[in-house]
Amino acid sequence: MMLKTIFSGFGGQGVLMMGYSLAHGAMSHGYHVTYLPAYGAEVRGGTANCTVAVADEEITSPVSSEPDNLVVMNSPSLTTFQNKVTHGGIIFLNSSIIDARPSRQDIKVYAVPCGDMAQEVGNIRVANIIMMGAFIKKTGVVPADIYLKSLETIMGSKKKSAAEVNRKAFAAGYDFVKD
Amino acid sequence: MNKVLMSGNNIIAEAAIRAGCRFYAGYPITPQNELTEYMAEHMRNVEGGVFVQSESEIAAIHMIIGASATGARVMTSSSSPGISLKQEGISSMAACELPGVIVNIMRGGPGLGNIRPAQGDYFQATRGGGHGDYRTIVYGPATCQELADLTMNAFDLADLYRTPVMILADGMMGQMMEPVVFKKPKPRQYSEKFMLRGAGQGKSKFFRGLILDAIDMEEHNWKLERKYQVIIKKETLHEEYKTEDAELVIVAYGTAARIAKGAIKRLRENGMKVGLFRPITLWPFPELKLRALSKKVKNYLVFELSTGQMLDDVRLALQGYAAIDFHGRPGGVVPTPAELANVIARHYETID
Repeated sequence: MMLKTIFSGFGGQGVLMMGYSLAHGAMSHGYHVTYLPAYGAEVRGGTANCTVAVADEEITSPVSSEPDNLVVMNSPSLTTFQNKVTHGGIIFLNSSIIDARPSRQDIKVYAVPCGDMAQEVGNIRVANIIMMGAFIKKTGVVPADIYLKSLETIMGSKKKSAAEVNRKAFAAGYDFVKD
Repeated sequence: MNKVLMSGNNIIAEAAIRAGCRFYAGYPITPQNELTEYMAEHMRNVEGGVFVQSESEIAAIHMIIGASATGARVMTSSSSPGISLKQEGISSMAACELPGVIVNIMRGGPGLGNIRPAQGDYFQATRGGGHGDYRTIVYGPATCQELADLTMNAFDLADLYRTPVMILADGMMGQMMEPVVFKKPKPRQYSEKFMLRGAGQGKSKFFRGLILDAIDMEEHNWKLERKYQVIIKKETLHEEYKTEDAELVIVAYGTAARIAKGAIKRLRENGMKVGLFRPITLWPFPELKLRALSKKVKNYLVFELSTGQMLDDVRLALQGYAAIDFHGRPGGVVPTPAELANVIARHYETID
């Protein structure tokens, strides 16, 4: 098994946190993992993306040629990355702010209005965690409970209410995408 | 032991502290800032730990020279342009036979260049870099686990040979995260006679790089050279990946080797017999190991994130025993494994 995912969006949307939390969860589950953030002279509101590879064998290259999954949180990311996704891959898109849809027919698309859903949960900042709920359910890269435990470990120092909001957000995304 | 998920820059810093590094001086520069930042936060938590954000790169290297002379385990880090500034100090360390670890998280160059991953500092690192007749041991790690292990080894070798050791990585290695297990560091073996801590009633001790008598200087040069010959004999490290039945072997180090491995995996799935020779020590270059491989494999493709620097060492190692070609992506471009696989496949078709 070797799964590569690109997470992409605006700086400030928690895109790197999505990748990092997945990498942490996969590591806790015993997988090999690499997490490669795109770094640059970027600022809040600029672009941010990262590549996460999860495998049950040595990961040769942390750079992905054709990612299996793509998670896009804004429109420019969809334009940039949609054609990189491998045949039969999955795109998760933040339909709260992305109107366009991929023109390709050989991939699955899950449109999650995670921005609007986050407002409902009561905190726009958890849009990324809602998306992770949908992502974990559909890809099954790591079991939900393992992922949530990793998320709590990462957020460790932050206040307790944050953990609760994150759980709620994760569940909302998880339930949003049907079986 | 626990696995932790950390970025390359943080791993180097943590491994250094665990290895007993107690004096770090550095000046900020991307893409190695997380290393300096980690040192700033964690050095104060260890007994005797000193962190200095110096006023310049030149100050940082000279601060670690001073601390090394007193017997501390020392480190400084920077990125390409900053490493150029440190060269005078590195030359001094080699001359005075002072141990220390220097980290270069390379970026695109020359000049200020950009902050993307590149491997254009190979010549500077492996040929000494500064003025005078000297070499530094250079590690070229390719995984986060190697960053941890080789950082610890670097301190041991620096002490053993009383010489500066460089860790040569790039922005991708510095920024990337992988799970890592920190090994237990070896107890330090470094004689007090090499530490300047006040002579007391005894004879005064000193280090010097200024030796005005030509005959004495010549002898000092030969002394260093004898040491380098021992290092060449004993300290080369390399990895071979799928070379047993290979028709074509890619020679690459660090980040380029990771991309190459990904490409090789793809090519193998298509039945192409391609392998990888990866130098782990860049100086000393694993020359004899590569030459030995040329008894079996007659075709080589050197892949670097530069216009061709390690290529020279491959030519010297193979000495005409095998055909050598080159593919380079300088300036901060990191191709995907699929892109590199295409290049290799085209080359593979042309070999007999």
